[in-house]
Amino acid sequence: MPRHTLSVLVEDKPGVLTRVASLFARRAFNINSLAVGPTEVPGMSRMTVVVDADGDLIEQVTKQLNKLVNVIKIVELTSESSVQRDHILVKVRADAATRLQVTQAADLFRASVVDVSTDAVVIEATGHPDKINALLSVLEPFGIREIVQSGTLAVGRGSRSMSDRALRSA
Amino acid sequence: MSKGSPISPSLMATKSAGAPKAPERADRTADTAVVVADLAAVSPVLGPNNVVPPTAMSGSQAIVRSLEELGVDDIFGLPGGAILPTYDPLMASSMNHVLVRHEQGAGHAAQGYAMVTGRVGVCIATSGPGATNLVTAIMDAHMDSVPMVAITGQVSSGVIGTDAFQEADIVGITMPITKHSFLVTDPNDIPHVMAEAFHLASTGRPGPVLVDVAKDAQVGQMTFSWPPRIDLPGYRPVTRGHNKQVREAAKLIAAAKKPVLYVGGGVVKAHASAELRELAEAMNAPVVTTLMAKGAFPDSHPQHMGMPGMHGTVSAVTALQQSDLLITLGARFDDRVTGVLKTFAPLAKVIHADIDPAEISKNRTADVPIVGSVKEIIPELTDAVKAQFAAVGTPELDHWWAFLNNLKDSYPLGWTEPEDGLTAPQRVIERIGALTGPEGIYVAGVGQHQMWAAQFIKYERPHAWLNSGGAGTMGYAVPAAMGAKVGEPDRVVWAIDGDGCFQMTNQELATCAINKIPIKVAVINNSSLGMVRQWQTLFYEGRYSNTDLNTGHDTIRIPDFVKLADAYGCASFRCERDEDIDATIQKALEINDRPVVIDFVVSPNSMVWPMVPAGVSNDQIQVARNLTPEWEEED
Repeated sequence: MPRHTLSVLVEDKPGVLTRVASLFARRAFNINSLAVGPTEVPGMSRMTVVVDADGDLIEQVTKQLNKLVNVIKIVELTSESSVQRDHILVKVRADAATRLQVTQAADLFRASVVDVSTDAVVIEATGHPDKINALLSVLEPFGIREIVQSGTLAVGRGSRSMSDRALRSA
Repeated sequence: MSKGSPISPSLMATKSAGAPKAPERADRTADTAVVVADLAAVSPVLGPNNVVPPTAMSGSQAIVRSLEELGVDDIFGLPGGAILPTYDPLMASSMNHVLVRHEQGAGHAAQGYAMVTGRVGVCIATSGPGATNLVTAIMDAHMDSVPMVAITGQVSSGVIGTDAFQEADIVGITMPITKHSFLVTDPNDIPHVMAEAFHLASTGRPGPVLVDVAKDAQVGQMTFSWPPRIDLPGYRPVTRGHNKQVREAAKLIAAAKKPVLYVGGGVVKAHASAELRELAEAMNAPVVTTLMAKGAFPDSHPQHMGMPGMHGTVSAVTALQQSDLLITLGARFDDRVTGVLKTFAPLAKVIHADIDPAEISKNRTADVPIVGSVKEIIPELTDAVKAQFAAVGTPELDHWWAFLNNLKDSYPLGWTEPEDGLTAPQRVIERIGALTGPEGIYVAGVGQHQMWAAQFIKYERPHAWLNSGGAGTMGYAVPAAMGAKVGEPDRVVWAIDGDGCFQMTNQELATCAINKIPIKVAVINNSSLGMVRQWQTLFYEGRYSNTDLNTGHDTIRIPDFVKLADAYGCASFRCERDEDIDATIQKALEINDRPVVIDFVVSPNSMVWPMVPAGVSNDQIQVARNLTPEWEEED
């Protein structure tokens, strides 16, 4: 099923994340990733929801989300028209013998080493989900101890802002 | 959908620009009742919008005062610890509070009240089990889009989350079954939350809204002023249909050879029956009304084909199956209407008008979607259809009518007398409808008696038929009839109930008797969970697992419904013979100072026909067991 990235502008009210998440659960929609945070407008949060769904289903997902009273606006961001980034922290085995190879691999992906111990390093990387996956496959042979990954963040290209247009019409 | 544009086409947008619109203040009678989402109104705050200057009061006083300012007259509820502070000022209020015997009764009563008046029904319960007892009614209101506000007490905000005594996360529990919900912990939020709750419940697609108020927010002091500002930036229901879509619909209608108006409960909710009739007559098209729409179009009208669906008429089911164009108005392609979805109306294009964009193309893809209130869309569509007919000619529907009228004549609704010689339940229900007339209100529970009440009572006006359609809640009838009688005290209100349903909520007979709410209850007593038994007869080789209730002929008759009703202070009769039916109904119609309960003991073997068995196409409709209609070749 094709992957869709929805940017959902919501009121920052108690329970709003639950409302969105439980809607996906009870309508049997599949969330691939979800990221939530505050926006430039006080009282508004923005969720980036990545969903695997075909055309009819994504239409239904959007309509059901729109019915939630705390949801102000929904925009689908295509990969061409938006910048999409994941953030990852990955702990990799790296002793004296392999540390240099590991850090070189990180450099190739413009990732940085944010913690070093005698037998491991923590690498921080930001990038398109494809790049993150490529980094992980390079690091995999060294032995990955832990992965912590954010949901995808996405923002439309160009000067337009989702929230100020939404608020003007509100 | 790229470049940051909204995902929905503009014509389907839920969140279009424009100020929220609210209904006008409702009158007491159904005829002039509130029109949901009336554009003429200016304030989104319900009620007369009296100006109240800032006044110091407690949160609980603010709840009561808000209800008064919102124009509420009647409330159904039952107090308890966490809502106690609110019950104190309620005692001094001019509002009528009906003390129920179980919170589920309060919820269904609020539904019944809302269904007959078009106004928001209000129920109140305490925290924990009080609130969870409302859950069934809230879910029922959600499924059938009933405007309702449920107010629940909650433990003090300081102990929320500690598993305090009678603490339940009722906002969390009801999240999937409410249109929206609020948890109030600051008394200053009460006026705007109450106004928002009523606005949400009554506009757009109506539905239940929960307001959960922590005890400290009820006890705490606040400054009350009215009207409050409604701040719902994410809620902007579309009421006006898109012009271009309406014109597209008119083109399809003018080109259709086998159109059918598929009418759902939305037409009743929108008070659009008169508009529907005008459209139907302008089109000269057949009309089917779903279980939720009975009365939206007069049963006696020659264009009425009956009810579609699992127990619909052959003419209604076949009209949909053979149609080349469904004009769907406020209906949602429920599985009980469509049968196996992919075989439903396979040749039809679909025009789908609904106020909820999420219903459009949810189950069946619409060729012409129109988002908006049918109250506004139907007249526009009528005008567009007339203009289109004037331009391209009125479609020739003679063949279609010949086919349908033949079906209607060949397969009228009816019943066969039970072989056991006992009374046919259909006869009892038919006589109740005939002797009471179309001005009565009929409230059914769920099961066989519900289907017979939908089939054999003639509905000539909207808001005369109440039942639990989407939810299928056993026990709906008695409390919902009670609420309907409070909302429409001058009408005869019949609860047509089953012996199973009746035993779930009959304690509200006490409420009815004490509060002088003289409903009439017809217990269609077939001594069993009849619809389940019917399925056991048809699909489980007659193995009657746990469906015998022992209330009828040749059983120990526990409980004795006549004694039970007598104990509750009701007039009570038993009727076991065909020749007594009319006289018993007449006696009940003459008693108006207390509730009446009639135990109609009927045959357990009668079945609901026609029937489309579950899991097959509507083309497999059976008019009686293993008997399908003879389809005529139609050209």
